Amino acid sequence: MDGIITLIRNAVLFGTVIMFGSVGEILTEKSGNLNLGVPGTMFLGGIASLASSFLYEQACEKAGTAPSPVLLILIPFVCAFAAGAFGGLIYSFLTTTLRANQNVTGLALTIFGAGVANFFGGSLNRLAGGVGQISVAKTSALFRTKIFDFLPLPDVVKQMFFSYGFLVYFAILVAVAVWFFLTKTSAGLNLRAVGENPATADAAGINVTRNKYLATCIGTGITGFGGLYFVMDYISGTWANDNTIENLGWLAVALVIFATWKPLRSIWGSYLFGIFFWAYLLFAENLTRRSQELIRMLPYLVTIVVLIVVSLRKKKEDQPPEALGLSYFREDR
Amino acid sequence: MLRIQKRTNMPVGKRILVWAAAILAALLLDGLIIFFLTKMNPLAVYSTMFTGVFGMSGRIWNAVREIMMLLCIGVGLAPAFKMKFWNIGAEGQVLVGGLAAALLMKYEAGLPNVLLLILMFLASIAAGGLWGFIPAISKAKLNTNETLFTLMMNYIAIQLVSFFVTFMEKSYGSGTVGILNGATQKGWFPPIAGEKYVLNVIIVMAVTVLMFCYLRYTKHGYEIAVVGESHNTAKYAGINVGFVTIRTVTLSGAVCGLAGFIAVAGAGHTISTSTAGGRGFLAIIVAWLAKFNTFVMILISFLLVFLEMGANEIVSKFPAINEFLSKIIIGVILFFILGSEFFINYKLRFSNAEKEAPAEPVPAAEEKEEAKPAEERN
Repeated sequence: MDGIITLIRNAVLFGTVIMFGSVGEILTEKSGNLNLGVPGTMFLGGIASLASSFLYEQACEKAGTAPSPVLLILIPFVCAFAAGAFGGLIYSFLTTTLRANQNVTGLALTIFGAGVANFFGGSLNRLAGGVGQISVAKTSALFRTKIFDFLPLPDVVKQMFFSYGFLVYFAILVAVAVWFFLTKTSAGLNLRAVGENPATADAAGINVTRNKYLATCIGTGITGFGGLYFVMDYISGTWANDNTIENLGWLAVALVIFATWKPLRSIWGSYLFGIFFWAYLLFAENLTRRSQELIRMLPYLVTIVVLIVVSLRKKKEDQPPEALGLSYFREDR
Repeated sequence: MLRIQKRTNMPVGKRILVWAAAILAALLLDGLIIFFLTKMNPLAVYSTMFTGVFGMSGRIWNAVREIMMLLCIGVGLAPAFKMKFWNIGAEGQVLVGGLAAALLMKYEAGLPNVLLLILMFLASIAAGGLWGFIPAISKAKLNTNETLFTLMMNYIAIQLVSFFVTFMEKSYGSGTVGILNGATQKGWFPPIAGEKYVLNVIIVMAVTVLMFCYLRYTKHGYEIAVVGESHNTAKYAGINVGFVTIRTVTLSGAVCGLAGFIAVAGAGHTISTSTAGGRGFLAIIVAWLAKFNTFVMILISFLLVFLEMGANEIVSKFPAINEFLSKIIIGVILFFILGSEFFINYKLRFSNAEKEAPAEPVPAAEEKEEAKPAEERN
């Protein structure tokens, strides 16, 4: 039982990061922009939230005042979104306005984001005159506060479902909101039209450029929350110069396919990926390190199987947006 | 009113000028970033980069080794990308190629060195080719999305390497293989004229020239170009699109596998999950920016490796900053080069139609026709 609880807790923590990533990317891809810069924007969101809260905590310490909890939450939250959206803005400007190739631009964005994040993550503290590893303990503690701890439920249920910081539930909310926007509003319909066939949408009087810019910037902003959650909760308000964010970012891209561009499906899909990823913990004692490495292939193998099944079934509603990956030039015929 | 027109005829000299301007602008912006981060003189930083890379012959050879690695992967990707097959799985193809070579090095060290090297060469090519073949056949038969398929193949390759590392590790539980055959140097590239990396250069340059000819002068190369332009045109011309896809991507994977062989036998003499080290992604940009011209790729690989190694040199001189500065610099330069392509592919005109004389006399008739519907819309 303990093993299962640990597995589910790990899966939820893991899943939340890639849920933000994939929901943001779904919104972006619905506009026809295939942004391979998801890891990059996650990096940007993560480092922006870390740097901003670090500076705020430092300033409070210097002034000798207690930091305000509202600002402690709000500053990194806004900065993560803004940094992600900034990455989206670079991407949109290059691909939509200057019509650069989307895949290559996305990869460049990933290189850039990883560079910026690891650069500051590694040297921010030293640049500010401190020693050792950067840490924002106060902010991270707030982000990890269990907001549903008061519920009168059995301990097991609480541990599995209600023992997380608010961002876990916020991620689900965002996914539902994006689903609602895409399927129930006329603005969402317009956006989908742009992603399916920009020329037709243009002829119908929909502003293609504005839709692409907005969807990409808001989408990458949401992806930036993935970085925020990773930094504040997943690794508890510090920084590690490893490739974890990058790998999670690519998994988020894979999850978009797994979810067949449906935000609601990416909710359970992300937790499922989390379970696949941590499944080896369940029988860790009985497994050698060798078989653990093999079991860790699972999420990727499953994604490939889904890819193949989706293309075998050829169901219309499971297909990617028709114009995904293509730049739109009005005077092209 | 600003109008944008397509153009296909920019002369090479002008193209280089646009690129140079883009790189210059990027270096200016990078200089500003460096200045604000570190308060150092950007010119001093850049000159440190330059002397860092070219200052000592050992460093030059390291740079050459890195350039050859990046170039080899870029050359491998060229046919796939020219066919508009988005193979972002080079990372995995390099890894399985390297893994095959490393396994042979570890377990067949008894063979004569030449025979061992030839076997490693063949095994790496086969492994890389297989890693290209799997997504390619799926694309050809089922039309799966190759970008995601190849991306997933990267991770499977990484796990496969971790799996085999547990068999080959130096000491139980260390998780690292260490230098293979350090004493006997079995399966290592023999030094030529006293330098370790000459064979790397010979192999990669041969592949570069062969690939250039393959893409430009052979029937296969022509088929790749046609399939890349339009599947329908290819079908109409009697080209078997599925077959060409499988053949081309398998070849692409095989060359990337060869890069893995070089990384193991000619450079690192070990295998780990970071043997490819992100080069598979960087090489995509190399291939794309060079427009699949393998000789231009030499220049671009050189530029990127220079920036990377130069930035590492800065880091060792100025301890307040770390090696990821190079990624920021490279990222900004890539953004500018990608953006500058717009000015190569399109022409900006201020449509003041009466005053404006056609810029080039020959395509004038076409341009007028093009312009009409645009004006109506405006």
